[in-house]
Amino acid sequence: MTTKAVGIQAIGIGKSFGHFTALRDITLDVAPGEFLTLLGPSGSGKTTFLMVLAGFQAASTGRLLSDGVDITHSRAEDRSYGMVFQGYALFPHKTVAQNIAFPLQVRGMGREEIARRVDAIIARVGLVGHEKKRPAMLSGGQQQRVALARALVFEPPVLLLDEPFSALDKHLRGRMQEEVARLHGEFGTTFVFVTHDQSEALSLSSRIAIFNHGRLLQVGAPRDIYERPQSRFVAEFLGEINLLPVDEVGQCSLGTSGLFEGARLRAPRHEQVSGSAVLAVRPEHMSVSAEPPADGNGVAARLASTTYLGAAMRLALATRSGTQLTVTLPSEAAGRVLNHGPDFWVTWSFENGFLLPEQS
Amino acid sequence: MLFLACAYALPFFGVALWSVTLPEIGTGQYQRLVGDPLVLSVFLRTFRICLIVTAIAVAAAYAITYVWVRGSRLQRRIIEICIFVPFWISLLTRAFGWLALLSNRGLFNSWMQALGLIDSPLMLVRNEPSVIAGMVHVLIPFAVLPLASAMRAVDERVLLAARGMGASRLRIFWSVFLPLTLPGVIGATLIVFVFSLGFFVTPAILGGGRSVMVAELVYLRMFQSPDWGLGAAISVALVLIVAGLMALLSRFAGLALTGGGK
Repeated sequence: MTTKAVGIQAIGIGKSFGHFTALRDITLDVAPGEFLTLLGPSGSGKTTFLMVLAGFQAASTGRLLSDGVDITHSRAEDRSYGMVFQGYALFPHKTVAQNIAFPLQVRGMGREEIARRVDAIIARVGLVGHEKKRPAMLSGGQQQRVALARALVFEPPVLLLDEPFSALDKHLRGRMQEEVARLHGEFGTTFVFVTHDQSEALSLSSRIAIFNHGRLLQVGAPRDIYERPQSRFVAEFLGEINLLPVDEVGQCSLGTSGLFEGARLRAPRHEQVSGSAVLAVRPEHMSVSAEPPADGNGVAARLASTTYLGAAMRLALATRSGTQLTVTLPSEAAGRVLNHGPDFWVTWSFENGFLLPEQS
Repeated sequence: MLFLACAYALPFFGVALWSVTLPEIGTGQYQRLVGDPLVLSVFLRTFRICLIVTAIAVAAAYAITYVWVRGSRLQRRIIEICIFVPFWISLLTRAFGWLALLSNRGLFNSWMQALGLIDSPLMLVRNEPSVIAGMVHVLIPFAVLPLASAMRAVDERVLLAARGMGASRLRIFWSVFLPLTLPGVIGATLIVFVFSLGFFVTPAILGGGRSVMVAELVYLRMFQSPDWGLGAAISVALVLIVAGLMALLSRFAGLALTGGGK
């Protein structure tokens, strides 16, 4: 059973509530069959954008196309995308089977066909034996499965998910993430997923769109966004990052370099920055040694504290000018290095650093 | 508790005592109550009027509450003024208001005559429909409050979810909104029905003695014809009926609270 997935093109979508601008000029292509995550802090506009996609809220400006057809003004009930709400929004007065049957009844499907499809999807999401229960009698994970089954049973061209895992504990959340990834593979439907959880976004999505203050900052595959953020906000939002302020930024033979505490640090070529900028390096890309690097980037820093995380160890260090650095090392490697006293060289290879504009 | 005992229980106990002691000791008054065709017909009329009043008041209150809870800010304000301002005006004033509107020389008849639509005034009061109209008017606010709390408890996202699945507004109303607010409807129905059974002022003024209801009958037995025993027996019967309905009400309220009501 695969549904024909459709793509959605948002062109210059804006949304205002009175004087408050929730979305500004969002242009974004959702490819057919992809798993696109809208990621941002609360109030960033990601949920508003999902509501505009669903048709529950009308865009103030811009257009929405579905496979080239203008759907800007079509109503939610006519778009009929599947939707999984935060808190699931199950019908409390209906049983599991009745909840899942509802969208099929709305479509005027025959009784036997409904029963057949409901049984099939109940088996696929692992709810056999719970058909006659009311939502209040189910656990959070089971309610989540009912919500997914109800949203997928009518084979919608697009499935929209609004922070579906926010109410689940960490263990269950991991299992439901796998479940959603599996259902995406099986149904082949276009999934648009809203979350504020970076690791969830990185592990599930084929692409991530980062929102902040109603703007779309960057769209790309998880690895691109994580390793090549285009702004400080994106870099800092997607996990921890070290930011070293650098001056006298200029192009050199190998790439772009800047001055930090009198030493020249190099990074891959970035022609849009000049003057002052920040050099960004992820903590897991940094290493610690007693000797200055023979070749490559390194800054002197003093160890302030260490945190044991099990498989890894996190070191907090400060440079001479007081810039805070965080380095994560495999526990075993950290043990070997730390005997050498409080003063170290923090090093990283040239290609793991990237320059970002100072203000963004 | 002491206040309740003094103000309610003691007088009621006295009335109950009368019903089995006046004019002589025994259950004679209760036998009269069941055997007297006049008393029986008043009880039946009371039930009929109260059922009609309850049906109309709850249906009207449902529509009004729907707009109050889900309408625009202006709609909400208009409804608050129309429902809750009369709520504070005395029953008597409101009954006379209806009289001023509907009596032979009232606004309605004089305007219709002035317009030449009717030659002689229509008989609009001193009948059952005018009693029903007056009672519905008084009782609607009592139905609005339980309905509003039921409607406010409905999760907006559940309705959005139904829309997103392609359901029409009518379908969402019938298969989602109405079932979810049904406990409120049952509560409102019982409250309005129980209140309506004891109505005295409105039927007395608008019925004009032509459609006597139970409370008025008690008054007549007690104060017009000195037949205290029968009046007391009718009162006791009415209290028992109301108590039974209240027990039912609390059961439904309990169901609604645990979310078990379908």
